[in-house]
Amino acid sequence: MKTSAPGVRLGSVSFVWRPWMVLVTLLLAVAAFVVFCLSIGAGDFPIGLPQVVTTLLGRGEQVDEFVIMDLRMPRALAGIVVGTALGVSGAITQSIARNPLASPDILGITGGASAVAVTLVTVSGGAAATIVSSVGLSAAALAGGLCTGLLVYFLAWRRGINGLRLILIGISVSAVMEAITTWLLVTADIRDVARAQVWLVGSLNDRSWGEVWVALWCTLALLAVVACVAPHLRALQLDDDVVTGLGVRHSRVRAVLLLCAVLLAGVAVSAAGPVPFVALVAPQVAMRLTRHPAPPLVASGLTGALLLTCADLVARTALPVTLPVGVVTAAIGGPFLVYLLVRANLRAR
Amino acid sequence: MVKRPTTEATEVRRRRRGVSLGALVVVLLLAGAVSLAVGARALSPAEVWHGLFTASGSDQRLTEITLIVRTVRVPRTVLAIVAGVALGVGGALIQGYTRNPIADTGLLGVNSGASFAVVSVIILFGLGNPYQYVWFAFLGAGIAGVIVFGLASLGRGAGNPLTLALTGQGVTVFLAAMTIAVALSDKASLNALRFWNAGSVSGVGFGVIWPLTGFVVVGLVLAALTLPAINLLNLGDDVARGLGVNLTLSRAVGIAAITLLAGATTAACGPIAFLGLMVAHVARYLIGPDYRWLVPCAGLLGALVLLVCDIVGRVVTRPGELQAGIVVALVGAPFFAALVWRGKFKTI
Repeated sequence: MKTSAPGVRLGSVSFVWRPWMVLVTLLLAVAAFVVFCLSIGAGDFPIGLPQVVTTLLGRGEQVDEFVIMDLRMPRALAGIVVGTALGVSGAITQSIARNPLASPDILGITGGASAVAVTLVTVSGGAAATIVSSVGLSAAALAGGLCTGLLVYFLAWRRGINGLRLILIGISVSAVMEAITTWLLVTADIRDVARAQVWLVGSLNDRSWGEVWVALWCTLALLAVVACVAPHLRALQLDDDVVTGLGVRHSRVRAVLLLCAVLLAGVAVSAAGPVPFVALVAPQVAMRLTRHPAPPLVASGLTGALLLTCADLVARTALPVTLPVGVVTAAIGGPFLVYLLVRANLRAR
Repeated sequence: MVKRPTTEATEVRRRRRGVSLGALVVVLLLAGAVSLAVGARALSPAEVWHGLFTASGSDQRLTEITLIVRTVRVPRTVLAIVAGVALGVGGALIQGYTRNPIADTGLLGVNSGASFAVVSVIILFGLGNPYQYVWFAFLGAGIAGVIVFGLASLGRGAGNPLTLALTGQGVTVFLAAMTIAVALSDKASLNALRFWNAGSVSGVGFGVIWPLTGFVVVGLVLAALTLPAINLLNLGDDVARGLGVNLTLSRAVGIAAITLLAGATTAACGPIAFLGLMVAHVARYLIGPDYRWLVPCAGLLGALVLLVCDIVGRVVTRPGELQAGIVVALVGAPFFAALVWRGKFKTI
């Protein structure tokens, strides 16, 4: 690996100029956009790529505009938003935990949301039905997930956030939530189990514009916060004493970033359910594609978006049976990660 | 600089380790005795004794007790101990080999391989009884383990801890997706999968337990062979190589051991997550980072925790039972979190 990458300084901002990383990031963005357009075009009423682009620019025919903007856009956009949120969230978590096996799942948010959702689906009582009908399953699950995430956050907080303590506490809390979920599934009626399982895998079916707008704006706001703090993320990879020596208020930076990671994962859960593995796989894939030594934030987000959009396209068009997008994401993402690892091993000298 | 320990300090540490292990064995035996007595039908010590050692007589009530003890209580107690030892040792080994504090016994694809095998044989052959798919589950776990190790060992950067962990994770992700895909399309598979996923030590007889114990024993022997090497591996690959460790061989043996231990357990009980991870950390806290002591300690702790959790599961939701795998997480995890919160753990 090249060790002498040129540094660039613009006023008070300095960074390392990595052409390969910039190129890969741009390619990922282009690929995500192309797949997004293909996904919008595919369906019972196929629309060609040029028409999709002209419609997106606001100069399409009325039929196309209806099909695209009213029917297909929410779902496709939800895929992009959820993928980006999960990818960035995963990159932050893995950086802070300094552990490539970490994902926002260990921050408790997925486990908490799943436990609440499965409770509401399987317990057919008065209170559960009232909650579902008044606030909706996703919102209730999101509330559960956020509460669990905050619980992990506060339990792990002891004069700052420590990587090992965070992941061990997070895993413990998640294990409790998963046990509750399993217990509910074992005791429930099998029809409810099937419904719960679909929710647990994560799906983009039947997204409405309302939900997507909320998710989009929340994600953008959180990404803006992350962008402000992100320059310090690299420093957090180092030992705490070194970081302090470098003048970074690591406790505060870590706390803000981690909160953003929890909230981003929460947004994703509310928009698509707990799509598993994206947050784990996307940063690792992005690291290997960009040849960057740590999970890169932008590229991870784009990889997540690309992965989820591809999976959704495959799930809707190529497969004989309808599968939730979460299953297809895992089926594509897992092997691709393994391929990258094996390739790197074969090339190593 | 690390101060070289004096002989006296070494002596104290050795004694402390010995006492810890001895205490664990005693508590484990006590828990085993309790496990024979507790259940839907509570038995007195005299009744347990009778059930264990007296041939069935003419008395209807005593015959019934003999039946309960010999066909229900003894098998599940034995299985809990065997599975607990296997998971504890497996958890300590996998953390040693991947140098990752969140590595669990399922990391090498063993659990997801077994689950996928279970749903596959259910949908292909229509098998409905856990007895019938135990061996398929074992086969699935083994194949997944071999695939992960094979993929991680290709090329020259072979077998480094990070590649191993991530390859395991990638294969796990893929197999889990396939499992869910099958389960969602077939109600019988989904039904079997939800019970399978809970993880339980009841319901299998000695016909399954003895052969699986054989595999676990082989796994334990392999594990024992690699213990000195793990200590050196944790100093870093280069140092270990310099000290004469054959990296490829010791990793291959260690991973074979983990696959055997976790695979046999998962086949008999279903995936019991978190146990291996938890006891490995507690053992490190109790007994220090020396793997020659840490691994046996983790094994004993694993057996103790699983046995106690199984007993608790029989008591809390009478007359029903709560699966041991669920109790491990519900009871063990908060306890573990409290230890973590008090700042007891060091990184690997």
